[in-house]
Amino acid sequence: MNAHLYLWLIPLLPFTGFLINGILGRRLPKWLVTTVALLAPLAAFGVVLNAAVRGLLPMFVDPTGITNLPSVVSLPYVETCPLPWINAGLLHIDFSFVLDQLSLVMLLVVTGVGFLIHVYSVGYMGDDEGYARYFSYLNLFLFFMTVLVLAGNALVMFIGWEGVGLASYLLIGFYFQKKSAADAGKKAFIVNRIGDFGFLIGMFLLVANFGTLTFSEIGAKLSANPGWQGGVLTIIALCLMLGAAGKSAQLPLYIWLPDAMEGPTPVSALIHAATMVTAGVYMVARTHVLFDHSPVALGLVATVGAATAIFAATIALVQNDIKRVLAYSTISQLGYMFLGCGVAAYSAAIFHLMTHAFFKALLFLAAGSVIHAIGGEQDLRKMGGLRKKLPVTFAVTTVGVLAIAGIFPFAGFFSKDAILYAAYLHGTNGKILYSVGLLTALLTAFYMFRLWYMTFMGESRSENVHAHESPWSMRGPLVILAALSVCGGWIGMERFGAFLAPSVGVLPTEAGNWRLELILSVVAVLVALEGWLIADKFYRRKPECPAQYAAALPAGYKLLANKYFVDEFYGATIVKPLLGFSKYILEWIVDVGILGGMTWLLGGIATLAGAILQRWQSGNLRSYAACLAAGAAAVLLFLLVPWATVLASLTTIHLGMAGH
Amino acid sequence: MSSLFAQEVPLSWYLLLSAALFSLGVVGFLITRNLITVFMSIELMLNGVNLSFVTFAHQWHAVKGQIFVFFVMMVAAAEAAVGLAIIIAVFRARATLAVDRIDRMKL
Repeated sequence: MNAHLYLWLIPLLPFTGFLINGILGRRLPKWLVTTVALLAPLAAFGVVLNAAVRGLLPMFVDPTGITNLPSVVSLPYVETCPLPWINAGLLHIDFSFVLDQLSLVMLLVVTGVGFLIHVYSVGYMGDDEGYARYFSYLNLFLFFMTVLVLAGNALVMFIGWEGVGLASYLLIGFYFQKKSAADAGKKAFIVNRIGDFGFLIGMFLLVANFGTLTFSEIGAKLSANPGWQGGVLTIIALCLMLGAAGKSAQLPLYIWLPDAMEGPTPVSALIHAATMVTAGVYMVARTHVLFDHSPVALGLVATVGAATAIFAATIALVQNDIKRVLAYSTISQLGYMFLGCGVAAYSAAIFHLMTHAFFKALLFLAAGSVIHAIGGEQDLRKMGGLRKKLPVTFAVTTVGVLAIAGIFPFAGFFSKDAILYAAYLHGTNGKILYSVGLLTALLTAFYMFRLWYMTFMGESRSENVHAHESPWSMRGPLVILAALSVCGGWIGMERFGAFLAPSVGVLPTEAGNWRLELILSVVAVLVALEGWLIADKFYRRKPECPAQYAAALPAGYKLLANKYFVDEFYGATIVKPLLGFSKYILEWIVDVGILGGMTWLLGGIATLAGAILQRWQSGNLRSYAACLAAGAAAVLLFLLVPWATVLASLTTIHLGMAGH
Repeated sequence: MSSLFAQEVPLSWYLLLSAALFSLGVVGFLITRNLITVFMSIELMLNGVNLSFVTFAHQWHAVKGQIFVFFVMMVAAAEAAVGLAIIIAVFRARATLAVDRIDRMKL
């Protein structure tokens, strides 16, 4: 017996908020805008909680006694729009939502963290002119994100996928008067287009090979043919991975995420750290059956993930903008999640996704609180000594830093450990992946504690006497997120993995044992502590150290400070040739030459004809009258003269002459 | 002499007179420069046509032709009113009545 969960309300409520604030927001009083903007995600979160309770109840209570109650649902629970959506020949696509363990976790994160960030934004964006516009965009984002998460087939997911891209574009370019913000929005949109292209091709191939886009049907068809490996499945999986790499900012498409920091800081927290950028990981987990049947694609996912993790972490070492450090850290952590997916430990990846949503949202919001407190300054070198002025922000940042560094017993420790453990046990190159992951953990601890020291410790490096703690609307979400960052991981990988198993399969870690797991955990914590120690030495005990190292390795420092010149490389190899092609071939030859030439030709013919015909229209009355008279005479001549007879007689004469 | 008057005027005479009037009107329309003369030429053409209408009405003992003549005269009267008004307006605007010089729509 299944109860109704009203899943369609989850996206629709934020959408209503978007419509109200988007259309009427400028005319409504501010308190009403705030109420609508906060009520929409809160109500959606309520619906999700209701669904969670009803879906999870059988797990904790004796199932035989409770499943007869109408209030309990069995997962996966499907809700389909009663009207058919696409019916084209054999292809049949419904607008359907699916609630299973995977989407439930994502929904809780998206609406829960989303609501907290909405509350935070009330304080952060309070003085902004575009207050209503900001919240309408934020609600729009939640609408598309929940559609993406709830999607029962790839096409519905694609709608959400494109929609969050749109919301991201709008929010990155929120300060559209600023050229750098507008450019960053465009960059994010265009780079994501490359990934979307992969997603689309993947969908076409799915339709061609499976005849359906519904995830459950694809899974059923694959489990019916367990021998089907590689081949077209690899191509599909690689196409989907390209899409995921675009959305989740993996190599080589990560370049848009650091620039996306031009948006307001809560946006960076919600979209570019906690939820949207994890959509790629979610998509890989959702279509994991395809990846499971293609070892090549899976190996590539792991490689890309590990490479991205260490690549972004090295860049984060030397960045001086507080938000950029966090942006590269996000890319690096997303690399961890990809690594988890690539070693088929999807539940570990989702676990890290969840804890990362907590502590990275916390870190971004705390960074926003710092920036807000010292009047918009984002340069770490101009901060320092803020721990006394911002005690709450300092405390929660400490929690966030400990969590991301993977110190026991904070949330990040459990999830990162789960991924590293799964990587260690994975096949032949598992040890390499593990070492890369471990090195990244060291770098992570170092750059996060560097940020911590430079922001809060030591003496103030600028005149920020007016630094003040943020209002409670901002501190509240920070405290809640800090609590989640502490205990978010206590559920433990085993229970979490068992919970997600119906959606994403069992964790492939049976081969391990608890002793190995313990050793790896201790190693991970020691590595994180080592990172802390190095940061402590560099930024507290011997503050001259960083400059010495930079001077000793000028080439390496320059490489990192300029982010490996990747933007410049893309600019020279892709953007510039494309611009040249557009300018010289498309604009000058095709547009101006061919199309413009044809237009000029047509125009010239018309002008010439006009110049000739113009003479008729002299405006001279008597010449018009003469034409009229001549025409009348011609008509009379035509009507009165019996032409048939005349012609006949002429012919006769001619024939008669010929005859003689 | 009385026989001459007793005799009916033949149809062709009327028609020839009508054609002559019409042609005079056409030629006058084409060769004169003065707008008022042009206008009078139009009246001449109309009356040439009227004459042939009346002639045929008499010939076939049909009243339709005469009714037509009434219509034409009425239209001609209306046209004279409007046309003269236009001529006055043109003269005020251009200070001339030579049709060759009135060849622009815009002033």
